Amino acid sequence: MPKTTAYTASIEYISILDEQGKFDEKLGKGLITDEQALDLYERMTVCRQLDEFAFKLQRSGRMGTYPQNKGQEAAAVGSALALTPGQDWVVPSYRENAALFMMGLPMHYVLQYWMGDERGSQIPENVKMTPLSVPIGTHMLHAAGIGYAERIRGTKNVVATYFGDGATSEGDFHEAMNFASVLKSPVIFINQNNSWAISVPRDKQMASETVAQKALAYGMPTVRVDGNDIFAVKYAMDDAVKRARAGEGPSFIEAVTYRLGDHTTADDARRYRDPQEVEAWIARDPLIRTRKYLESKKLWNQAKDDTLQERAKTIVKEVVATAEGVSKPEIDSIFNAMFAEPHTELVRQRDTMRTSSLGKDPSQTGLKNTTQNV
Amino acid sequence: MATLNLVQAINLALQQEMQKDDRVIVLGEDVGPNGGVFRVTEGLHAQFGDDRVIDTPLAESGIIGTAIGMAMNDLRPVPEIQFEGFLGPAYDQIVNHAARSRSRSRGAITVPLTIRVPVGGGIHAPELHSDSPEAIYAHSPGIKVVMPTTPYDAKGLLISAIRDPDPVIFFEPKRVYRSFREEVPEDEYTIPIGEAKIVSEGDDLTVVTWGASLFQCIEALDNAPDDVSIELIDLRTIDPFDMDMIAESVEKTGRCVVVHEAAMTCGLGAEISSRVQERCFLHLEAPVQRVTGFDTLMPYYKLENEYLVNAKRVGQAIEEALAY
Ligand SMILES: Cc1ncc(C[n+]2csc(CCOP(=O)(O)OP(=O)(O)O)c2C)c(N)n1
Ligand SMILES: [Mg+2]
Repeated sequence: MPKTTAYTASIEYISILDEQGKFDEKLGKGLITDEQALDLYERMTVCRQLDEFAFKLQRSGRMGTYPQNKGQEAAAVGSALALTPGQDWVVPSYRENAALFMMGLPMHYVLQYWMGDERGSQIPENVKMTPLSVPIGTHMLHAAGIGYAERIRGTKNVVATYFGDGATSEGDFHEAMNFASVLKSPVIFINQNNSWAISVPRDKQMASETVAQKALAYGMPTVRVDGNDIFAVKYAMDDAVKRARAGEGPSFIEAVTYRLGDHTTADDARRYRDPQEVEAWIARDPLIRTRKYLESKKLWNQAKDDTLQERAKTIVKEVVATAEGVSKPEIDSIFNAMFAEPHTELVRQRDTMRTSSLGKDPSQTGLKNTTQNV
Repeated sequence: MATLNLVQAINLALQQEMQKDDRVIVLGEDVGPNGGVFRVTEGLHAQFGDDRVIDTPLAESGIIGTAIGMAMNDLRPVPEIQFEGFLGPAYDQIVNHAARSRSRSRGAITVPLTIRVPVGGGIHAPELHSDSPEAIYAHSPGIKVVMPTTPYDAKGLLISAIRDPDPVIFFEPKRVYRSFREEVPEDEYTIPIGEAKIVSEGDDLTVVTWGASLFQCIEALDNAPDDVSIELIDLRTIDPFDMDMIAESVEKTGRCVVVHEAAMTCGLGAEISSRVQERCFLHLEAPVQRVTGFDTLMPYYKLENEYLVNAKRVGQAIEEALAY
């Protein structure tokens, strides 16, 4: 018997607005209105300044470990633009702040969270997202389940889940892809391939040429886009969202981008990264090319940019003030938050932690009248 | 003799064992050129190269499962899990494979593996970077659990763990990594797994602890009245733990306080307390006291100091045991 071909596939790469600011009129037509482009540029600018401020907060001891989003703002805003806040879901990692804000999360939540306060994860009721995920590559399964619930309820709502290149190595990533495909869950898997997982470069992370091709194994439509190009991201996202709303199941988008900053404030990328590589990517900064686009359309100039930078500063300052203005959480909250109703032992621990040895009735202990604080 | 911190002592033990035995392989996330996020593997990649120091893909089940295979085929892998909170994906490999292999194959297929894991709170880290899961693994038969606190003990115990014919989880209290130094011999030495250590001798009460809480216990002992003499035991090995040393001490003192950072319910303190009453019942002058974490999540860092065991709480338990 002659050999035949069992399977062939190819993956499209999409770029619409390149780093020189050159724009593909054909692919880019009608994707993002001028008004939207202005709005996205403003959002990216605010997000960038939030990052810069957060970095300083951490360095001056006002915030704990923080992961900057710097360089990846286009993937966040370009994708969130295709979603409907209050209806569609986002199941995030931690490097898409601007998308979360577009979905309605008040900005100070993110800061409050990284300032070590669980209330930063207390997602407001009208915002459809899960909290930031710390265990890498494990949260995408939740997107499969959340999407499934939307599907069997007969809504047209979709779920966008974000994760890094490193995250695609976790077993749970593959399980999520398989479950979403098999269950025809309306999920858009948005991979932010920023070339690095802390110090591990992409070519040590995986032997596959692209991340996008991993979706082929799960029978999922997949595409690779310039992740620093709001138009390319939106283009792929529109496609994927359309399929998901039509009941055709999940899609995959590999957004090729770059982490311009350290992994987090606890990291020093100079230990493992060639500065020339970083330089090359600074030239591909999504903010620079979006600005070039706006200027080419006579929508933008230096004066407007100066005003925006000032406005962004004011916004960020207010957000920081709000985040820092909240009172310290009550220690009782760690007991009360455990279950719908704290059980007897938790109540005992809560009520005795200040006055006596843990979990004991103060009248039964050897010590009387202790009022020591912990 | 060099004065080293915990990071340096562990690094030295790794370097010396790799030098001595070319079957020793270090693998994990960022353990290569970056030297690990805590720099514990610093310099090893430069010295031993890609084959012996592997920057792995980001997958804990992958790291441990692959290390198990290496161990089954006569290598001596020392995988690192970046933080204890990320042992989760590797749980199946640790408990259902590493821990079971020797017994279910009746000794035919064994897993000499040492899993290094930073553990515990107190460094203002993100969520899931501050937990104390040692009892989970102590409760799983077939795997040894070690948690040295001082640089000297860490070096000697890590060498024992690497040479041990069975799987060992080697927890490193990250709060201590750079906060305490002591003299550590350059020369090779080992500390047997399963041997606790008397940190200070005493006659009136025994305090048993391990990990970073050791320093809160020392503080509590310093604050105790001068006429009280307290024996302080650093357990060093969590499983199998040194019950003989504890029993001998409690038979002398008649009082026992167990201190650990992990949650109370089903913590190792419960096991120790139970064995003390089994073995030392007639010597006991007071119920065994426990000072532990709460049965809650380890809070994110704004409240972590309220969660962590402190000298005041230890002191209070000591007072209660003495007043009984
Ligand atoms: C399960 C798990 N393992 C390890 C870590 C530690 N860690 C945090 S971020 C990170 C790298 C993530 O890389 P990637 O998925 O590419 O996302 P990026 O940070 O580049 O956005 C690692 C190893 C973790 N948080 N969770
Ligand atoms: Mg990455």
